[in-house]
Amino acid sequence: MIFVRRPDPRFRAWTYFWALVKGMSLTLRHIFRPKVTLQYPEQRGEFSEGYRGLPSLVRDQHGREKCVACYLCQWVCPPRAITITAGELQESPVEKFAEKFQINMLRCIMCGYCEEVCPEQAIFLNQDYELTGLTRAELIFQKEKLLEIGGVRPDTIQKWKPLLADPSRSGGRKQ
Amino acid sequence: MNRLPEPPPEEEEELFRRGLFTTKLDSLVAWSRKNSLWPMPLGLACCAIELMATVGPKFDMARFGAEVLRFSPRQSDLMIVAGTLTKKMAPAARRIYDQMPEPKWVIAMGACASSGGMFRSYSVVQGVDEIMPVDVYIPGCPPRPEALIAGIMEVQKKIEKMSRGK
Repeated sequence: MIFVRRPDPRFRAWTYFWALVKGMSLTLRHIFRPKVTLQYPEQRGEFSEGYRGLPSLVRDQHGREKCVACYLCQWVCPPRAITITAGELQESPVEKFAEKFQINMLRCIMCGYCEEVCPEQAIFLNQDYELTGLTRAELIFQKEKLLEIGGVRPDTIQKWKPLLADPSRSGGRKQ
Repeated sequence: MNRLPEPPPEEEEELFRRGLFTTKLDSLVAWSRKNSLWPMPLGLACCAIELMATVGPKFDMARFGAEVLRFSPRQSDLMIVAGTLTKKMAPAARRIYDQMPEPKWVIAMGACASSGGMFRSYSVVQGVDEIMPVDVYIPGCPPRPEALIAGIMEVQKKIEKMSRGK
């Protein structure tokens, strides 16, 4: 029978203990560092001006809906979240408006292509980012809701203003 | 501190002051459930990165008692579907859902999980609600961690309502 003498564990245990102390000292140092946690529902993060949140429709300073139903946003939208039905405006040089304007927020990926492509600057991505729903239907936003979210955004160019003031200048449009 | 759903009425206040606490069992169970959700992270795509950020120190899901991400469906009661669910993955996802013990809740996180998102494709399930019941939808691509926390709070509200039979 061979007796094998085990190595004395005390020295190795001692080295292990120092590793433990080192680890714990790191933990202790972190306790006294400034806290990084954002207390979310009470405290909100700051975003840059260009942050892309949920899309919404806007009105100009005269309360006019700016969308003219040109369908550009519908066609550029990668997930095809936007659905527009155009209507005709009688006795107005603008001629077209969006009868229905629907954005499926579940499809929307907040890419901002709609804002980029819009020739009327009628659709903007705002800073809202938290949106939850219990059903799919409540996350499909119609025009009224989108206008409500977007609010008023003053227009600097106001390209329709001279035509709206004097409809006789509206090109070949029959009055 | 989260308060219990129903505070004790007038005549019980004396007992309450003496340290005795009375409540309905349903309310107590709901309160415990909603403050100890154990999520099952079904991270399928990039939304899982935001899910990880939510558990991390900046947003800290532990403040809502939901920090224990269990990778075993048997131990979890909230399934967070984070990402694109392909048709090939769908049977596995349904199986994981079936393996979770009742009561269970499902969050569809992100555009892909809620509706298929931009993947209108033959290979992608157009929303996880085609294969399992979803409680809360969170749009976004991916949603911010704050949005996920808002979704978890929505689930907590739902659990609380459940105990009152609403």
